[in-house]
Amino acid sequence: MTAPHDAHDHHGFAHPVSKSLLYVVFIVLVGLTVLTVVANDWPLGSLDIWVAMAIATTKAFFVMAFFMHMWWEKGLNVAVFLSSLLFVMLFIGLTLLDTESYREDVERFPIFDRPDSSSVGPPIAPQK
Amino acid sequence: MTSEHGDHHDDHEHGEFIAHHFESAEQQFDAGKLGIWAFLVTEVLFFTGLFCAYVLYRFHHPEIFVQAHHFLDKILGGGNTIVLLFSSLTMALAVRASQLGQNRTVATMVLVTMVCASIFLGVKAVEYSHKWDIGIFVRAHFSLDESHHPKGISPYLTMISIIPLILLFVFGAMALLYRFTNSLFRAAFWGGMTLMVAGYFIGAIGGYFYMKVGGGDAHSTAGKVIEHHDDHADGHDPGDDHAQESASESQPAGGAHDHETRDLHHDIGIFFSIYYCMTGLHAIHVVGGIVALAWIFYRSLLGHWRSDYFGPVDYVGLYWHLVDLIWIFLFPLLYLIN
Amino acid sequence: MSNAVFIKQHFGHAEKNNYLNVSKGWKSWAFTLDHKRIGVMYLIGITTALLLAGVFALVLRSELFIPGKMFLTEAQYNRMFTLHGAIMVFSFIIPSIPAALGNFVLPMMLGAKDVAFPRMNLMSFYLWVIGTFFLVVAMLTNSLDTGWTFYTPYSIRTSTGVVAATFGTFVLGFSSIFTGLNFLVTVNTMRAPGMTWFKMPLFVWGIYATAIIQVLATPILGITLLLLIAERVLQIGIFDPKYGGDPVLFQHFFWFYSHPAVYIMILPGMGIISDLMAVYCRKKIFGYSFIAFSSVAIAILGFLVWGHHMFTSGQSEVVTLIFSAITFSVAIPSAVKVFNWLATMYKGCISLVTPMLYAMSFIFLFGIGGLTGLFLGALRTDIHLHDTYFVVAHFHYVMVGGTLTALFGGLYHWWPKMFGRMYNELWGRIGCLLVFIGFNLTFFPQFVMGSRGMARRYARYDPEFQIFHQWSTVGALILGAGIVIAIATLVHAVFRGKLCGGNPFGAASLEWQSSSPPSFHNFDHKIVLNDPYDFDSQIYDPDLDSYVQRSFTVPGQEPVPGKPQTV
Repeated sequence: MTAPHDAHDHHGFAHPVSKSLLYVVFIVLVGLTVLTVVANDWPLGSLDIWVAMAIATTKAFFVMAFFMHMWWEKGLNVAVFLSSLLFVMLFIGLTLLDTESYREDVERFPIFDRPDSSSVGPPIAPQK
Repeated sequence: MTSEHGDHHDDHEHGEFIAHHFESAEQQFDAGKLGIWAFLVTEVLFFTGLFCAYVLYRFHHPEIFVQAHHFLDKILGGGNTIVLLFSSLTMALAVRASQLGQNRTVATMVLVTMVCASIFLGVKAVEYSHKWDIGIFVRAHFSLDESHHPKGISPYLTMISIIPLILLFVFGAMALLYRFTNSLFRAAFWGGMTLMVAGYFIGAIGGYFYMKVGGGDAHSTAGKVIEHHDDHADGHDPGDDHAQESASESQPAGGAHDHETRDLHHDIGIFFSIYYCMTGLHAIHVVGGIVALAWIFYRSLLGHWRSDYFGPVDYVGLYWHLVDLIWIFLFPLLYLIN
Repeated sequence: MSNAVFIKQHFGHAEKNNYLNVSKGWKSWAFTLDHKRIGVMYLIGITTALLLAGVFALVLRSELFIPGKMFLTEAQYNRMFTLHGAIMVFSFIIPSIPAALGNFVLPMMLGAKDVAFPRMNLMSFYLWVIGTFFLVVAMLTNSLDTGWTFYTPYSIRTSTGVVAATFGTFVLGFSSIFTGLNFLVTVNTMRAPGMTWFKMPLFVWGIYATAIIQVLATPILGITLLLLIAERVLQIGIFDPKYGGDPVLFQHFFWFYSHPAVYIMILPGMGIISDLMAVYCRKKIFGYSFIAFSSVAIAILGFLVWGHHMFTSGQSEVVTLIFSAITFSVAIPSAVKVFNWLATMYKGCISLVTPMLYAMSFIFLFGIGGLTGLFLGALRTDIHLHDTYFVVAHFHYVMVGGTLTALFGGLYHWWPKMFGRMYNELWGRIGCLLVFIGFNLTFFPQFVMGSRGMARRYARYDPEFQIFHQWSTVGALILGAGIVIAIATLVHAVFRGKLCGGNPFGAASLEWQSSSPPSFHNFDHKIVLNDPYDFDSQIYDPDLDSYVQRSFTVPGQEPVPGKPQTV
């Protein structure tokens, strides 16, 4: 890892990141972007989404760690931010687990009503 | 996690920008920092709803996503990604400069960041208007008809561009006005704003010529759909049966591309609903970011930042990086599907 | 003697130079950044919302006095219960304790001059005003008949003003996020030197746990409502089965927020009760860290149980089992709190003043509300009880019996601090008694008729249920009278109450180490940090008719003017 801080004499809580590190991170990010576009054409089959997500996550890591200074950030702030991802996974995970089971009911619904879908509604009529 | 206030700061007088209820510049900075991180958490969770909808529909209807992504141009999307990454770099440089008290550098870097944000919006406007031209709307209004592609500039693009055009003239006029009344600070600010709006036109014009010249026009995307649909035509598409009947209902009869579009999944509009929600919400965040950056630009011109007071630049920077971060995920999810 | 003068100045009644009269004119209130004034403005706001939604409730109950039509049509009835629910939940209960009492008390409890972001605090209040305004506009123009839950697909089809109401709720969500975020940061960074996490009063822990939920859950409500608006305006088809969308997905989205929101409503109330128990039993709170951590545990567990609102919505069996099991586990931290409160009362020197009466009725009502929740968390019984009056009674026992009671308890406790005047004890007790009796009379019969099959949200019912409905309606009128008396007693105290000193109840947390009402900067002297539940640290001063921190009464130890730092 390159030296995190400039040698500038500063007091207190300002921790400037070195310019060269920022440039390197940018070049890496552009490289990864090109890679993910190119990788899209590779015959990866069903793996492609995971490759794309892995590259995106790597990019996110670089942005968070260096552009957002998380590498040098207080533990509390990092924990606060990363804990949100836990809830993201919880929300998407449990919802996905559930929607799988009743999916067929949802799929069946429009078939009853096509093709004249203009007057479609659930059996309950809205009250005026 | 005990608080560590007041252990290593000297008890100097309240500085110019320290609010009365804080003990020290550092306490103010810490509070702001935690606040912005918590705010970013709310932003992440705000987008999570859309990501959740995306994951569900992609999981249950992968065929829709495979068909639909051919209508998105990955060169424009990838170019926009790099524009946003570059704006993130300049933002990081702005934060660095503010920590060193280099206000002129902050102003320049923030200005570049804003211009990049506008370029992004310009490109986005080209992408949106192109889709609207050929009838790609949200689910209920989806009526793909590629023969409708106009020859000149899309009327939708013209409509979207009216607001930036007005802003361009207003900001430019303000800059000139202040230039000639010799209030140079204001002239610099409004000049910066003019440049920022000009970024939109750089993006829009660039995107427009790319669509005209660079092969990103509608017919080749439609061609790709046909090719790919042949690959998938071996019947693993569960929606195919009623896709046939429903497509004829949603399509005006007799279009030149009738036979290709008929093969589209009848729920393909859901992809675009999600696409418009995600990118639209992201674009709103970009606009919000520009407003915040303009405020930072203004204060940089006033020379407010110093090594013990640079919080606002840092906070806006974090917000801006998050906008970038969300795009980093949106790009492969929406544009790169196979 | 200078000591007495100092004490009178810093711990007595502050006639001049308090936060109420430090500046004058409507602008000094409308643009104030002072957390105390914002708290008072919030208090006025939520009381208005409470009375408005309370009137709807009385109209509903009156209509149900007879099985047939009395004066509301079915459609009007639907609109009434929707507005009652929406305004009560989004404009009253969610902001009530954190935004009104929390705003006033929390920074003082931490020894801070203000919350971390005063401008954001004021903005939160105005967002509340705007959001409530939209709800009321929706009510006045086209009304709303979806129920407060806005379930799709009905909310997409109905001709009523869903968009205005949804937008109002969206804005209220942001108001709530801002409050939560502010308190989260305040607790983390604004504590006075020496104020460690485990020296904080338990009310702060309750608010802190609430703030976590507000920050993590409310954004999901925001995006859900935005999608619903988009669904209605643009027909994006994500929730609409007509376009291949998934209506149950809306319920997932909605309850991912709205179940944790239930804990936004109750956790601050639990915090208040913890503090009241200790003060009015004159006894150190039993099991401080258990109460503190159980708040955080409830906040976290609250995110894992949203599916128990969807047992009959076609949710899969696996997910239903998981949600049911975790639902039961929420009972553990809740019970931990109740037992700790009871243990605090045990052998305490209980004084049955108004706040304590509210606190005790809280334990009773919350006990019933919590235990009936177990019936609803169990899969078999929930199939029978789902969407009956049993559910209605259950959540009213928790929200009204819990939160509203705690709010009144907290108001009676901190009222002398907020306005420097004492309320009439007799009328306070009468109000409390009427609230308790009226409440039980209203909602206990609903358990019975619910378990016998009386479905909720119906304007007409079978005559066999009439007797229960009549009890319930009579109870509602008594409850309404009790609430009006309770509020009137407090309002009367502001103008006519007996003047009181800084700490009339001998409480030991930091907010009482100031004059009543507090000065603009909260503390004009160096505060003394002590255990918030060590009541021996306060001694009675007959001159002030109030309590004073013990160390200040020692000659030479009088309060030193200066920043709010500990000595």
